[in-house]
Amino acid sequence: MNCIAAKAFNHDRAVPRRDDIHRILIIGSGPIVIGQACEFDYSGTQACKALREEGYEVILVNSNPATIMTDPSTADRTYIEPLTWEMVAKVIEAERPDALLPTLGGQTALNLAIALEKHGVLEKHGVEMIGANADVIDKAESRERFKQAMAKIGLEVCRGKTIQNIDDAREWVKDIGLPAVVRPSFTMGGSGSAIAYNRQEYDELVRRGLDQSPTNEVLIEQSIIGWKEFEMEVMRDVDDNVVIICAIENFDPMGVHTGDSITVAPAQTLSDKEYQRMRDASLAVIREIGVETGGSNIQFAIHPQTGQMIVIEMNPRVSRSSALASKATGFPIAKIAAKLAVGYLLHELPNDITRKTTACFEPTIDYVVTKIPRFAFEKFPEADDTLTTQMKSVGETMAIGSTFKESFQKALRGLEVGSFGFGCDGTDLWGTDRQPTEEEIKEKLSRPGPQRVWYLRYALKSGMTPARIYELTNIDPWFLDNLAEIVETEERIRSVGGWDDLSPDLLRTAKRQGFSDRQLAIMLSSTQIEVRQRRIDLGIVATFKSVDTCAAEFEAYTPYYYSTYETEDEIPSKQIRAESRESRARILDPLPGSPLSKPESRPLTVMILGGGPNRIGQGIEFDYCCCHASFAMRELGIESVMVNSNPETVSTDYDTSDLLFFEPLTVEDVLNICDRVEPDGVIVQFGGQTPLNLARALKSAGVPIIGTSVEAIEAAEDREKFQQLLERLDLKQPANGIARTMDQARRVATKIGYPLLVRPSFVLGGRAMEICYDQQQLEKFTAEAFVVAQGQPVLLDRFLEGATEVDVDAICDGRDVIVPGIMEHIEEAGIHSGDSACAIPPYSLPGPVVKEIREATAALARELKVVGLMNVQFAVRWEESDELLGASIEARESEINSNLESRISRPVLYVIEVNPRASRTVPFVAKATGMPVAKIAAKVMAGVSLAEQGITEDPVPSHVSVKESVLPFIKFAGVDIVLGPEMRSTGEVMGISPRFSMAFAKSQLAAGTVLPIEGNVFVSVADRGKPQAIDLARRLHEMGYSLLATEGTARVLSDAGIPSQPVKKIREGHPNLLDYLANDDVALVMNTPRGKGARTDEGKIRAAAVQAGVPCLTTIEAATAAIAALEALREEEMQVEALQDRFETVSR
Amino acid sequence: MVQPAKLALEDGTVYIGTSIGADGEVDGEVCFNTSMTGYQEILTDPSYRGQIVTMTYPQIGNYGVNEADSESGHPHLAGFVVREHSRIESNFRSESSLAEYLKKWGVVAIESIDTRALVRRIRSQGAMRGVLSTTDLNDASLVAKAQASPGLVGRDLVREVMPSQPTDWSESVSDWTHLNAKSAGSSSTPNDLPHVVALDYGMKWNIPRHLVDQGCRVTVLPGTSTAAEVLALNPDGVFLSNGPGDPEPLDYAIGTIQDLLGKQPIFGICLGHQLLSLACGAKTFKMKFGHRGANQPVHHLGNGSVEITSQNHGFAVDEASLPSDLEVTHRSLNDGTIEGVRHLGVAAFSVQYHPEASAGPHDSHYLFQQFFDSMGVTAG
Repeated sequence: MNCIAAKAFNHDRAVPRRDDIHRILIIGSGPIVIGQACEFDYSGTQACKALREEGYEVILVNSNPATIMTDPSTADRTYIEPLTWEMVAKVIEAERPDALLPTLGGQTALNLAIALEKHGVLEKHGVEMIGANADVIDKAESRERFKQAMAKIGLEVCRGKTIQNIDDAREWVKDIGLPAVVRPSFTMGGSGSAIAYNRQEYDELVRRGLDQSPTNEVLIEQSIIGWKEFEMEVMRDVDDNVVIICAIENFDPMGVHTGDSITVAPAQTLSDKEYQRMRDASLAVIREIGVETGGSNIQFAIHPQTGQMIVIEMNPRVSRSSALASKATGFPIAKIAAKLAVGYLLHELPNDITRKTTACFEPTIDYVVTKIPRFAFEKFPEADDTLTTQMKSVGETMAIGSTFKESFQKALRGLEVGSFGFGCDGTDLWGTDRQPTEEEIKEKLSRPGPQRVWYLRYALKSGMTPARIYELTNIDPWFLDNLAEIVETEERIRSVGGWDDLSPDLLRTAKRQGFSDRQLAIMLSSTQIEVRQRRIDLGIVATFKSVDTCAAEFEAYTPYYYSTYETEDEIPSKQIRAESRESRARILDPLPGSPLSKPESRPLTVMILGGGPNRIGQGIEFDYCCCHASFAMRELGIESVMVNSNPETVSTDYDTSDLLFFEPLTVEDVLNICDRVEPDGVIVQFGGQTPLNLARALKSAGVPIIGTSVEAIEAAEDREKFQQLLERLDLKQPANGIARTMDQARRVATKIGYPLLVRPSFVLGGRAMEICYDQQQLEKFTAEAFVVAQGQPVLLDRFLEGATEVDVDAICDGRDVIVPGIMEHIEEAGIHSGDSACAIPPYSLPGPVVKEIREATAALARELKVVGLMNVQFAVRWEESDELLGASIEARESEINSNLESRISRPVLYVIEVNPRASRTVPFVAKATGMPVAKIAAKVMAGVSLAEQGITEDPVPSHVSVKESVLPFIKFAGVDIVLGPEMRSTGEVMGISPRFSMAFAKSQLAAGTVLPIEGNVFVSVADRGKPQAIDLARRLHEMGYSLLATEGTARVLSDAGIPSQPVKKIREGHPNLLDYLANDDVALVMNTPRGKGARTDEGKIRAAAVQAGVPCLTTIEAATAAIAALEALREEEMQVEALQDRFETVSR
Repeated sequence: MVQPAKLALEDGTVYIGTSIGADGEVDGEVCFNTSMTGYQEILTDPSYRGQIVTMTYPQIGNYGVNEADSESGHPHLAGFVVREHSRIESNFRSESSLAEYLKKWGVVAIESIDTRALVRRIRSQGAMRGVLSTTDLNDASLVAKAQASPGLVGRDLVREVMPSQPTDWSESVSDWTHLNAKSAGSSSTPNDLPHVVALDYGMKWNIPRHLVDQGCRVTVLPGTSTAAEVLALNPDGVFLSNGPGDPEPLDYAIGTIQDLLGKQPIFGICLGHQLLSLACGAKTFKMKFGHRGANQPVHHLGNGSVEITSQNHGFAVDEASLPSDLEVTHRSLNDGTIEGVRHLGVAAFSVQYHPEASAGPHDSHYLFQQFFDSMGVTAG
């Protein structure tokens, strides 16, 4: 029987889906922030596809250009606009949707939907909320109402109380005692939630929580720290059929936010009796809250010694956990949720994986899934890295194995933090002179932090018993015993003399427990390649199994695989795969000149290596590129094979590629896949630094890398080769040098002079990159860079002060070059390009400079023989006169620095960096120009030239697009927010308008910076920016803002005839700016740094501004753009426009 | 000490692993169960008599075993196959490790084989006879023994697992069954309650527990009892239990049911469902590899809803053979096979799946209420 027969049971339902609605609005989740990452691109994209498949017109609003969902082909009408209810109301006014589906865009979409409802927008335009209505959302999210609902169905909740002021809070804590959990209401990712252990902490957390909550409420609860934590993913249809998709057990017990916990699917330590009770409770919760259709996530705490069950919370929407559950089981929660929202019943929808069965069942899995979060505390050294109920991780990796041991070790190597499993991989401290003491181990175990997982191993190595570890961590003994078993195997391997004494049985046991070749090589004093060869000779090879939702009960039709060391492999041979693809290739209309017409040069199979877990500097932008590479291959009729380990992404959706491998991105794991899949080409350009770091080893192992050669990639990174190349092309670069030792660094510094920029090579995201103004700073930062560089040299560049930075993305097929994106940065050089706002087209550079940039880009691409994408960073500086050109760089620099403001005359172009790969800006360029840059580049790499693709001219955008970065400072209280060469942003937004100033205004609004229309503006600027600052202050004054300034600045302003109100510096006493911020008396802060760091007065002001939600402009350039934006906002209202209309303009 | 063990199939496939249970050799039909929890309930389910059960979920034994979760006095299955047995058990309810339990009851069990490969083989080839041994490790010998194994068809396995004596059943369901504790029972004496006679063909204990929970007085009779013996107890209703193997050879049970039809309301589960259907004139057939798991969706044709059910059956009622007085009430959403029938003339209904769950979801508890209501007596 199939699903068609299943439908026949349903006598009354000729048309199962709703035909009274036609146009559906979907709201995305906006920029990537901590707590809301690309899982909502995945869910939103699935929903768009699912609804369009049913013939609905889909209108999408999202401010994040780096998403697949905002590709103009994903929805019918796409609005890249700020996610405020006012802007969404404009979209509603323009598009008149019949329904709003708010449950697929995270907390952002839910909050917006509630705001739209509250402001009467939905009622006014007759828009129906589907999936979950405003009352349901409120019932699930309002702590009080949720508590009442749970009481009604007899479920326990944590004892807690919603509190509006500090006095009540002090009363309540007498009742429940400490520790207590403080949770601000209606914040996303548990933002602001924390545990108070003493009175002082308690008061502080309550105050901050009241401020952060949009409703000025906090929930204060009894602590259930240390209890076991579980999550249930539940789906319900309009007929009240409810199924559980997945049960997830947290390795880290209660007290650590689930997003920061290692989590495991399915639940491991519940007997059927306990599991079924939790299932019953989940069903009761979703019914009582009244989520009509779709997915929800319910969290439970279980007392480990009594089994007492407490409901923690419920999310009436798809979530990060539902993305994880979808990838863990193969069940596409978001897609099904979208279809249920338009009236389908679960059993009317087919299970895509089995084809024979329906979506109304509970997936059962025959493997173990482990998710491990990835943190970025190295970027925020001032932040507290204790893990609490507020989420702090920036990404996650997931791994699948036959056992927990295997999936856990795979996940650790998929984390890409330099480890290749549970220690013994050459990066751990055990056995080194930094081996932790027992005290250190105890401290790290009892305080959950990002390093705790490694200290669990140290504890076991030190002989600490699992029982003692349990006392310190409350991690379930079952997990601890599995870790102990891994360590025992490690010790067995170490105890054999070497290869010749290692039995094949022990080797096989180790591989089955997830040990990597790298770990084995280190323990056996061998090399990774030798281990690989020897185990292959012994027949110990990875086998690939399907993720099929049903534990093999039915045949699977979706080729979604994971590796494990078993006996049977399920991947069809290349020949069989090619035959089954033939039919599809014929259906597609190949582009003229595609490799399909040249069979001899046609690759059959192309593998795309993804970017692994999200981190700062490498995230959704690269996943976007990888997805486009896959789409391009499929358009060409080439089999596309995706390898990635990030469960949040579109790239790991089972229908993005022909074959999907959910695997860590290491040389070993990729080679194992190549052994089975036999790719004719592997794309390493699109997944960020992760696959590039594998390129050399893969090539040496004989893997065919396509596109720009590995040699060319290395040439761009190799200082000397690159310098020679620039000389050949007559291009300039800032004076620079390489250092492998501190001594060398000092010598280079003496030669090129200060200020200079220090950075480790082969590292993305400006990790440990700093500007040094003197030798003391040089030594400090260089020492840090050496640590990060891990044996690679450190690069030193003369820093070009006052220069304008330009980012360029280009495509080259080896002969022709297209330059789709020339982006002028708004912040000056010295701020990481990933943190800087930028505009397409350039808003201030003269035409000839733009032309020169274009030509230089083309010359670089041709010279490097780029095939595919290339990104170049230029700096443009207005410099003195021709006669200086002949002088040494040092002489020129010193001359210019001393005359910076008086004698500027001519723009000079410097090449800062060339990267022959996809860059972070590729999706932004695509959205700004309408040109599918990544897809075109992927086709070039597969052998279809630009000319053959009909791409002959650079796109000319009709609008100005501004990209703005979104920074996570709100999650790291007290951290200084001044930008620098190290990237710290997590995401980006885009503002589009015919005018630069308005596009900038929209980008700020989209980034959550509400530029104030009136109020007090605090002005404090470094001396260097004073002249520009005076002009800006005058304009603010003329617009009617009141100015606040510290004494010195106030005097300067007064001299210029601008009135201002003096404010004390913090050390001068009260009232100082912190008091104004606390009293909501400041609407905008303009503070450019003299010094950096959270301990400086300025740092405190900036950090306080962020916590108070007051926009803070930290560069003169940003302030200039912002003030122009304020002026623009006075002249006209923000308009919304669909991408589809805009690109039509382009093509005309 | 690592004790090697082998599992051989009649098609010649041999899997090499490690023993986690008793030493010895067993033969039987090799089947698989897709439940991720509930291994103890599966081990003690008498319906697995004659079968070597493979768990598709790879980590088994994690939460140990305890007395309360047993579905009968001891394991009845022939052998047990898992991917990895947990070295420790971690659960506050655990009383012993799974390995100790298996050894205590003499269950031959193997771990560390590619269970998914085995399951895929059974799925594509159909259920197969096999031998599981720790004593004979010769492949050819094992395969020959597998081929000589009698299989399930035509065998009466009920007599091997049913009780020999009638008993009164008084135990109710565990506290884990209902989310909210039921209000305290009525003050009526047991004699006021409707009396159910349960014919035990290898009954899971959670069934009489549910009947008690529903407010019935329960007497359990051996599955070989006659209609006269049943009626002599003056029941208000008769329950037909689950049990192992092929229903067709069970003439005595079919005869008893034929004699009882129309006398008192009848409710059957699993084998009881097949026997009721056979008694009404339908036929049963052996399925390719059956339904065994806790995620089986069943369409309730009466109201259109879907129940997620616990199932364990390798035989099913043949729809083409269904007499006109039997109406299909439930159907498998996965393959359309019959999951429930109702007699149009007399009070009798049955389901192929396990509303008593254990292991499995509680979606179908309403059937006990339905049976209670069909008896037409109100408690108290």
